[in-house]
Amino acid sequence: MLEVKNLQKSYEKDKPALTDISFNVQPGTFVAIIGPSGAGKTTILRSLNQLIKDDDGQILLDGNDIRTANKTQLRKYRRQIGMVFQNYNLVERLTVIENVLHGRLGYKSTLAGVFGRYTQEEKEEAMSLLKKVGLENFALQRCSELSGGQKQRVGIARSLIQHPKVILCDEPIASLDPASAQNVMELLKSLTEEYNLICVANLHQINMAKTYADQIIGIRKGHLVFDEKADMLSEDILRTLYDQDITKELE
Amino acid sequence: MQSPVKYLSHKGWHQTAIIAIIGGMYVFGSWILGFNNVDGLLAIPKAFSWLGINFKPTANSVTYLPRIWQKLMQTVLLAISSTVVAATVSIFVALLGSKVTGINGFVQTIVRGIASFFRNIPLVAWSMILLFSFKQSDFTGFLALLLMSIGYLIRAFMEIIEDEASETMLALKATGASYFQVIFQAVLPQILPSILSWILYMIENNVRDATLVGILTGTGIGFIFDIYYKSFRFDAAGMTVLAIIIVVIGLETISNQIRKVIL
Amino acid sequence: MTDSESKVIQKPELPKSPNIKLHENSLSRTMIIAVFASLVVLTIYTLTHLDTAGVQINTAFRQLGTTLNQMFLQPNAGTDGVPLLLQALASSVILSILTTIIGAVFGFLFAVLASKNLTNAYLGATIRIIMAMVRAIPTIIWALIFSIVCGLGATAAILGLSFHSVAYLTKAYSESIEGIDESTIESLKVTGAKFWVVVFQAIWPTIVASFVSWTFIRLEINFANAIAVGAAAGAGGIGYQLFVASGMSFDFHETGFIVYLVVLVTFVLEFIAVKIRRFYLSR
Repeated sequence: MLEVKNLQKSYEKDKPALTDISFNVQPGTFVAIIGPSGAGKTTILRSLNQLIKDDDGQILLDGNDIRTANKTQLRKYRRQIGMVFQNYNLVERLTVIENVLHGRLGYKSTLAGVFGRYTQEEKEEAMSLLKKVGLENFALQRCSELSGGQKQRVGIARSLIQHPKVILCDEPIASLDPASAQNVMELLKSLTEEYNLICVANLHQINMAKTYADQIIGIRKGHLVFDEKADMLSEDILRTLYDQDITKELE
Repeated sequence: MQSPVKYLSHKGWHQTAIIAIIGGMYVFGSWILGFNNVDGLLAIPKAFSWLGINFKPTANSVTYLPRIWQKLMQTVLLAISSTVVAATVSIFVALLGSKVTGINGFVQTIVRGIASFFRNIPLVAWSMILLFSFKQSDFTGFLALLLMSIGYLIRAFMEIIEDEASETMLALKATGASYFQVIFQAVLPQILPSILSWILYMIENNVRDATLVGILTGTGIGFIFDIYYKSFRFDAAGMTVLAIIIVVIGLETISNQIRKVIL
Repeated sequence: MTDSESKVIQKPELPKSPNIKLHENSLSRTMIIAVFASLVVLTIYTLTHLDTAGVQINTAFRQLGTTLNQMFLQPNAGTDGVPLLLQALASSVILSILTTIIGAVFGFLFAVLASKNLTNAYLGATIRIIMAMVRAIPTIIWALIFSIVCGLGATAAILGLSFHSVAYLTKAYSESIEGIDESTIESLKVTGAKFWVVVFQAIWPTIVASFVSWTFIRLEINFANAIAVGAAAGAGGIGYQLFVASGMSFDFHETGFIVYLVVLVTFVLEFIAVKIRRFYLSR
């Protein structure tokens, strides 16, 4: 279980970016974080794996606080937390399978990682994950030759090979066309169920959140204003969340 | 809010003012330096007709070729070796100093300062002080080019790392990979082509700069040009210039072909 | 807690397959390795065959240390005095500004005529070939050639620096122009606008930011070249003072002083360039 308790963060003095954020997520749940731009969605997501150091609070993964971890411990936590990025963040010049295998680096000794030595087992797993995301024929392609949707699926495979408990998705579909976006969301949803993952995604598209998420967290100006099952999200709440009537967008 | 008409007339004024300032600087500069524009303009055709007559290779000048060629190759090798050594040093320093892979703010500032200082010390100064200690030898030329290149390459490499590697760096950090794993698996593979492209550019540039260093320190192709030029053997000087053109354009063409394949 | 991860993902059951390759041998990969390898081989060859003129490297480095110490830790204006040096510095700065202006004006004209998306192929190709040749000849050699015709002095230095500037900027600007989206040019062409109208209304505003960047990069190069020409062709300015101090009177205190002056100017130039570039990029 992932528990966030009283998370605080400010980038400038007296200008809090996050105020007192608390929520829980059970395994096998797809959570969408929604809210206007600049509300603090990315800050929450990135403090979950401490890419951003928050100021105060607790982040418990199965009861262990990852905020107090030292460098070595933090690396151990991070390898259980996969991350998927808006711009995919792949090494474009390397092949698809090499990028997938990067997810194993956290488990390797520094030297083996530096020289990119992977075991046969790891390679086979990478291939089977590529099959799972529908890219088994692309393993030896350079990532720069792929389309956006394909790159994002490589990113997902890279996070899966970490054997994660949690997958964080930072605007996973913001750079994709509608068809690929749906594709990626469906993939994330089914993987969440299959592997009993905790999947936390920042989303701009409310209709996507409603369709795919089990749980929705609404953030406004650094405050948590909504944390319920997805079907509890009403137009009233959306109006307070976005300060305006955006129900039209939903239709 | 500005009205559109006002904005356009404002922009018009702005442009006129800039042109006036630049024109004024030009006229003032010419006056200070005593540069007569008409004479200068007339000197161009004169120079070229002079070149046509005096630099024209004669039957005799072919005999200079082997010596010119040997010095030129020596210069190219110096340019290559100084660039490669400089690149080796620079990549480590750039990794330490870039905002993405750097150690901390203090080291980054220091690295930036040193790179900037090295880059801005004139090549003339390096050549002369090295000449004083290392005398007239290839090693002097090598060191002068090396010190200059280091300054340039550190800055270039840091910019490449910051532009191209920050996103992948973040992704690998999030998987729990260690610092050296991230450097070798994400940063270096990603930036290698750009690094190579800069190395090739620096080699071209060093061949040209080696001419200057050569004139000052008495080495390589610059030295031989200087000798021919000062002893009025203009046909040989012309041959030297021709050889430089061929080699520089040849290097540029090869580099461009390599770039097309790797980028 | 890391032990529990095997429960999270079941290891897939796969038939034992032969070795899985991680990458194919692509041309670009081979090329990178080949180029690096040959560069390293050439470097090792050069360094092991380097002529050191029998200089004792240890003593030479020690002497270099003394020299650097005199230069950077005990600089002074020497026998020439501050006013003379400042005057020489100013004339070098003016020289570089003047030649950059000449380079920018002619460079832009030639760039427009040489860009593939604007003019006919033959004119463009001719200009590009001529410019490549002009660029291939080092600035210092241009200055020496002109100094035979015009005599040593400002005119030869200005012409020499300008030639290289024009050729360099032509290439830089025309690359920016060729990067312009075809539709920008077409949208004005269809209105029936004349060639130079298109140039100044569509092309100029699009590339002005990169134009400014390149021009300032060239200004910095020209300042360095002004010093070099002053030193190696005796064309005056701070470069000549630097040459005299370091190569004839061996006054390294003065050399250091001059180097500090030069570095100061380049910092100022860089600072101005950053400010102006930011101004144009923000618009």
